[in-house]
Amino acid sequence: MSATLTSPPNRTAAKPARRPVTRRRGRMRGGERPNWVGALIACLWLAVVMIPIYWIVITSLKSQSNYFATNPLLPSAESNFDQYKFVAESDFPRYFLNSVIVAVGTVVPTVLLAFMAAYAIVRGNGRFLRWANMLFLSGLAIPLQAVVIPVYLIIIRLRLYDTPLAIILPSIAFAIPLSVLILANFIRDVPKELFESMRMDGASEWATMWQLAFPLTRPALVTVSVYNGLTVWNGFLLPLILTQSPDQRTLPLALWTFQGQYSVNVPAVMASVVLSTLPVIVLYALGRRQLVSGLTAGFSK
Amino acid sequence: MTVAPSGLRLRRPASRSVHDNRVALLAVPALIFFVGFAVLPLIGVMLLSFSQWDGIGPIIPAGLASWRSVLSDPALPHSLWVTFLLMVVSWAIQTPASLLIGAFLAARHRYREWLAVLYFIPLLLSTAAIAITYKALLDPNFGLGVGLGIPLLSQDWLGRGGLALGVVIFIVSWQFVPFHSLIYQGAIAQIPQSLYEAAQLDGAGRCRKFFAITLPQVRYTIVTSSTLMVIGSLTFFDLVFVLTAGGPGDATRVLALDMYRRGFQANLMGPASVIAVILVLIGLGLALLLRRLGGGTPSHSQLDGA
Repeated sequence: MSATLTSPPNRTAAKPARRPVTRRRGRMRGGERPNWVGALIACLWLAVVMIPIYWIVITSLKSQSNYFATNPLLPSAESNFDQYKFVAESDFPRYFLNSVIVAVGTVVPTVLLAFMAAYAIVRGNGRFLRWANMLFLSGLAIPLQAVVIPVYLIIIRLRLYDTPLAIILPSIAFAIPLSVLILANFIRDVPKELFESMRMDGASEWATMWQLAFPLTRPALVTVSVYNGLTVWNGFLLPLILTQSPDQRTLPLALWTFQGQYSVNVPAVMASVVLSTLPVIVLYALGRRQLVSGLTAGFSK
Repeated sequence: MTVAPSGLRLRRPASRSVHDNRVALLAVPALIFFVGFAVLPLIGVMLLSFSQWDGIGPIIPAGLASWRSVLSDPALPHSLWVTFLLMVVSWAIQTPASLLIGAFLAARHRYREWLAVLYFIPLLLSTAAIAITYKALLDPNFGLGVGLGIPLLSQDWLGRGGLALGVVIFIVSWQFVPFHSLIYQGAIAQIPQSLYEAAQLDGAGRCRKFFAITLPQVRYTIVTSSTLMVIGSLTFFDLVFVLTAGGPGDATRVLALDMYRRGFQANLMGPASVIAVILVLIGLGLALLLRRLGGGTPSHSQLDGA
């Protein structure tokens, strides 16, 4: 708001009394007039994004009979949380727990392993590390979908089929390349002098890594954790192919079967959609700034 | 994807001070996971495409049998066509939309923060949840059309071939335009303000500035974003699987779904691996092509004209 108050005077002096409202913007990109076309598209897209979200929420609060009787886009007068209760008393908590196990089991090892690898790539030298770096980078281009058949074969041979580990192990492997890339870019920005002074003090590489680089890399570690957590939490293909029994289902798979099972009870299905998304929303709220800036910095180069 | 890092490597300090070769060992655990569950499977899928396997029993070498059966199957050109349509149309919708929204978000104004928060929501939902939601929302009797009182919207969206593919393309855009907008926002915010000021002095209008400054300055971002979009749409599975299961008929039977059907429903892992290899090859080819179109490495001309 301070920019609002400081910038207008000299400009309004040049062009008196015209369009005082638009002067609010501190720094204008692309011109004097407000960007109506951009604003229109942005608002239109906002509506496109928000209508389904709004619909999910109001529908989850309706009763089954209400859903068929009321206007789909208006909240019901008798909104309540009965459907949430219904979902919570089903097998939903078990699927939720499965998803937590898979997500934590993937994210923690991924972040630790990727951090160590990124540290080695930045700090070390030699042919082996250059080769490893190239391998991780080209790994970004391997689509998970294209290799699920051999992954399935490996999981069967390891006798891990239909266990949480069946999902966790390949998830770690596919989360590693982007994580190493983001973390290595971040560790490179740590001033060399800091490493130098640690070395002068006689600290080993191991100690330097955990005591110096790890705390300094925290923003990137958050980015990587949230991003990988999101990916694994919402993953569908690996659970579909690598698990079989209902008690191993993760949430996206459970939503899919739930929808087949209760296709007439749309409000209950929507309540389960909301409940399965809640942890992600919390995670996003906690790490949003770092996630967005980390990802845009990574891709906008 | 592979485009991003080349500029950064240049910033490495020239003389590195680590004499301890054991630091390389730190990369080994990550490497083991990555090789074991990504690199080996990539080799494995090629080998499996030359064999016969029902998913349970022994794997029998079968030479070119799977390749022959897949390449002569009339379902393959159809899947390729559907995948191609999905890729091109969703790219053509997403790129201009994300660029314009990104440019709008890059300007400093009060609503930017809020818009960014709301735009990110589709990225939080699982694809399964999105597909389930749209399935109910597009119901001809109880969905959006009835809610808005517009009969035109009360169609059997998922029951007719052309419409179903259109719905898939729309939902893909719904899900990913926000993400690409954020990427473009980041790139546009990095363009030196002096360029716009100079153009302003020369009397350039908004459109002119967009085409003469913004677009050329973000061309590497366009390559990155397009690569992500194109490779992403090549491997769409979850959305189509939950929303239409490839139907009606085979109207939305994309390559990745075709692979799943052959492999995990018909238990023909050999032909399914052939489709997977085709997917990898197309993806690789497109990534290289887009890189070439972008004009080499992004490091040398990031700020030209500044």
